[in-house]
Amino acid sequence: MELCDVNTGDRVRIKRLNTDASIRRRLLDIGLIPGTEVECVAVGPQGDPLAFCVRGAVIAIRKRDCKNISVEHGR
Amino acid sequence: MGIAGSFGGRGALREAETESSAKGKYVIALAGNPNVGKSTIFNALTGMNQHTGNWPGKTVGMATGEFRGRGGVYSLVDIPGTYSLMAHSPEEEIARNFICFGEHDAVVVVCDATCLERNVNLVLQTLEITDKVVVCVNLLDEAKRKGIRVDIPLLEKKLGVPVVGTSANKKGTLEGLKRAIESIARSDDELVCDSERDMGRERYIAHKSKRMIGGKSDFAFASDISATTSDVADEHESDIAISTSDIITECTAASARDIAADASDIAAFALDISASTSDTVAATLDATIEASPERATARTVYPKAIRDAVEMCVPALESTGVGFPSEWLALRLLEGDTALLDEIARSEGINVRDSAIVESVDEAKKLLASRGIDERSFKDMVVSALVLCAEDVCLDVVHTDRENYNALDRRLDRLLLGRVTAYPFMLALLALILWFTISGANFLSDYLSGVLFFIQDRLADAFHAAHAPEWACGFFAFGVYRVLAWVVSVMLPPMAVFFPFFTLLEDVGYLPRVAFNLDRQFQRCNACGKQALTMCMGFGCNAAGVVGGRIIDSPRERLIAIITNSFVPCNGRFPAIISIITMFFAIGGGISGGIISAVGLTAAILVGILMTFAVSRLLSHTLLRGVGSSFTLELPPYRRPQIARIIVRSLFDRTLFVLGRAVCVAAPAGALIWLLANVNIGDVSVLSHLSSFLDPLGRLMGLDGVILIAFILGFPANEIVIPIIVMAYTATGTLADIGSLDALRELFISNGWSTLTAVNMIIFTLMHWPCSTTCLTIYKETKSLKWTAVSVLVPTLIGACVCIVFTAISRIFI
Repeated sequence: MELCDVNTGDRVRIKRLNTDASIRRRLLDIGLIPGTEVECVAVGPQGDPLAFCVRGAVIAIRKRDCKNISVEHGR
Repeated sequence: MGIAGSFGGRGALREAETESSAKGKYVIALAGNPNVGKSTIFNALTGMNQHTGNWPGKTVGMATGEFRGRGGVYSLVDIPGTYSLMAHSPEEEIARNFICFGEHDAVVVVCDATCLERNVNLVLQTLEITDKVVVCVNLLDEAKRKGIRVDIPLLEKKLGVPVVGTSANKKGTLEGLKRAIESIARSDDELVCDSERDMGRERYIAHKSKRMIGGKSDFAFASDISATTSDVADEHESDIAISTSDIITECTAASARDIAADASDIAAFALDISASTSDTVAATLDATIEASPERATARTVYPKAIRDAVEMCVPALESTGVGFPSEWLALRLLEGDTALLDEIARSEGINVRDSAIVESVDEAKKLLASRGIDERSFKDMVVSALVLCAEDVCLDVVHTDRENYNALDRRLDRLLLGRVTAYPFMLALLALILWFTISGANFLSDYLSGVLFFIQDRLADAFHAAHAPEWACGFFAFGVYRVLAWVVSVMLPPMAVFFPFFTLLEDVGYLPRVAFNLDRQFQRCNACGKQALTMCMGFGCNAAGVVGGRIIDSPRERLIAIITNSFVPCNGRFPAIISIITMFFAIGGGISGGIISAVGLTAAILVGILMTFAVSRLLSHTLLRGVGSSFTLELPPYRRPQIARIIVRSLFDRTLFVLGRAVCVAAPAGALIWLLANVNIGDVSVLSHLSSFLDPLGRLMGLDGVILIAFILGFPANEIVIPIIVMAYTATGTLADIGSLDALRELFISNGWSTLTAVNMIIFTLMHWPCSTTCLTIYKETKSLKWTAVSVLVPTLIGACVCIVFTAISRIFI
C-alpha cells in the first residue's frame, strides 16, 4: 500500500521511501523514517495534497510524492 | 538559470561578524524550525532595537536586533527557520551557513513545546557543531492548553546545555532566557555565575573545571569537583561577588514581574525552582558521571558502521586544524555535501580536497561499501539516527495528558480545508477583510484629508501673507505638500486597517492553509504550492514577496514565483484601486457602496490571482520549462492571536515603513510634477508635451497620456500614481477642491474619464512594471539582468495587451 491510498483518519506506518533525493532528505528531516506512524488528518479540497500528522506536526505532501512512500496499516 | 547558489543574507552575516569583534558585544544566533514563534521571541527580546522589520509570512533574510545584558550588548540575529542543517533551499542555506560559519558567541535553538521531538533534531545537529547552545522551549502555554507537559529540568539534563521554558507572550518568562544567553555567550570570557536558572552555576564551574582537567576518570573527576570549584572561585572571587549580587537583584525583579504578570503561574514557577534547586547537586554529579569525559552535551549515536567510517577520517581532518569538530566534518564529507564543502573552503580557508583527507574519505567509503552502505543509504542512516536520538531524548521529557489534543484543530481543518467549504471560506474571508479595509479606510481617509487639505489652504494663505512669489506658493503648497497630503490621506488608512488583519491571518496559522488549498492549481501550472505564500506576502509588499521566494526550493519554481509576484496588488497599489472603484462604481457610498467596493476589489484581486496562474503556466511551458518538483508544507497548529502585538507590529513595522518610503518618494515627485506642469517650452508646458507624446498609446489602451506619465513617474512608488494624475489635471486648469472623492470624480470626468477608463486604470494598476524597490530586489535575488528584465516586461506587456484588447472590444459593443 502507498501513502496516497489513505483516507482522512487512517493511521499507517511508514515502510519504505522510494522517493528521489530532493524530497527524500526533507521527508527524513521531518521525521518520516521507516517505522514512523503517521495519521492522515486532511485532504486538499481537490483531493490533493494530503496532510499527515508526523511526530506531532502536520505536514502536507503532494499525492505524486505519496505514491513513492510505501506504508502498512498501523495499530 | 542565473540563480547563484548563495542568496543574500551575507550582509547581515558580515555585519554580525564585525560587531562580534568589538569588546563587550556578543553575537547570538536565533535558530529554530519554522513556525515556532522565533520571531516573537526575537521581537520580545530586542523590543524596538531592530534593524529590519519582518513581513508576514516569515523572516525575510536575517533580521538583527540588540538587547543590553550583563557584560555588554547582545546582538541577536534572527536566522530563517530550518528543519535541519542539511540545506535544501537557499534560505536554509543561509541559516546553515550562519550556524556553521557565523562568528557567534552562542546559538539559541527555539523549540516548539507542542512538537518537541522534531525540534530536538535540530538541537542535536547544532550540538554537533558547537556546544555553546541554549535551548529555548517556546509555546509552553499552548502546550499546556493541549495537555502536553515538558519536563524542562530533565531535558536540560539529557541535552547537557541550558534549557529555558518560555511563553513568548509572557514577558517574564524571557528573563531566564536572557540570563542563559548571557552565561553561555560569556563563558569563554570569564567566569559567570548563572542566574535563577538553578544549577547553572555549579554546572558551569563543573563544566569549566572539566575542561581544565581533561581526561581524568569520571569518578575521580566527580570527587575533584569541589576542590576545583573552590580553586576557580578563588581565581574569580571578585567577579563572583559582583555577579551574585546582580543575580539576587535580577532574580527578585524577575520573580516579582512574573508574579505581577500572571498569578496563576506562581505555583508552577515556584515548583520549577524548588524542583531544580533540589536537583542541583544531584544533577551536577549525574551530569558529570554520566557524560563522556571530554564532552558533557548530548550527542547523536550513529550506527557502528558509520562510527567506524567517521573514525577513519578523523585523524586526517584533525591534522588540518579545522575549526569544526572533526566528527561532524567527517560525516559531511562522507555524505558528499559539496555545497557545504565549498563553503568551508571559502570561509575557513581549508582545503577539504587535501589529498590525505580525500584518501581517508575514500577508504572510509570503501569500508561502508563493503558493508553494503552506499551514499544514499548513508544519508538515510545519518538522518534516521538523528530522528531516533531525538525520539529518545523526548521519551520521558514529553508527557501527553490526552490523546486527541489536536481535536479542535482538526475540526477547524475540516471547515477550512474541506472539499465544499475551503474555497467559499477563503473568498468570503478575502472579501470581508477588504470590506473592513475599505470601510475603515474611508472613515479615516475623510478625517485625514479634511485636516490635511485644511492645512494646505492655510499654507497657501501663509505664503500669500508673506508676499511670497506665486511660484513658491504653487511649488510648495500645491506641488510638494499636496502630493504628500494625498499619499498620507489616501494610502495610510487602507494600510493601517489591512496590515493588522493580514498579520492576524498569519498569526492564527491560516496562510499556510491557503497554500494547501491552492496547491492543486499551482501543481497544474507546474509550480510550487508555496508560491501561494509568496503571493500572500505580495499583498503587503511585492519586494517582500520576491524575497519570500527563498522558501521555494527549486530555482525554476522560485523564478516563476518572482516573475509573477507583481500580479498581486501590493499595499501601494490597492488603495489606488479602492479609490477608483469607490469613485466610479460605488457612487453614493454608505454600506451598499462599501459592499460594492469590496466585491469590486475582490474581483480585481481574483483577476490578479488568475493571471498569476496563467502566467506561471505559460512560463512553465516556455521560458522556464520543467515539471513541478516535490515539496512539503507544514500546517502549523491554529494559535490564539496576540491582538495587541499584532496592532503594534503592523503599525510600526509595516504601515509606517511603507508610508515612510512613499512619503520620501512623494515629496520630490510632487516637486517634479509641479515643475513639469509649470515650466513651458514654447506656449505649452513640458507635461503637456510629454502627455501628448504618449497620448496615442494611452488612448489605444483606453487611458490617456497623463495617466501613462503618472505610471512612469510612479516607478519609485506606486502610491503616487493617482496624486500625479490629479496634479497634472489641476496644475493647468482651475484649482478644484480635491479633498473629497466626489470632487475628484468630477475632475476625472471633466478630463475625459469614462467607466472604461476606470476599468483600464484598474487593469493597468494591477498589471504593469514592478516598482523600483521590487525591481532592485528581483535583481538582488536572481543576480541576473535577464530575469529582472523578464519580470518587468511580462506584466507590462500583458497589462498593455489586456487594456488594448479590452478597450477595442468594448468600443465595438458600446
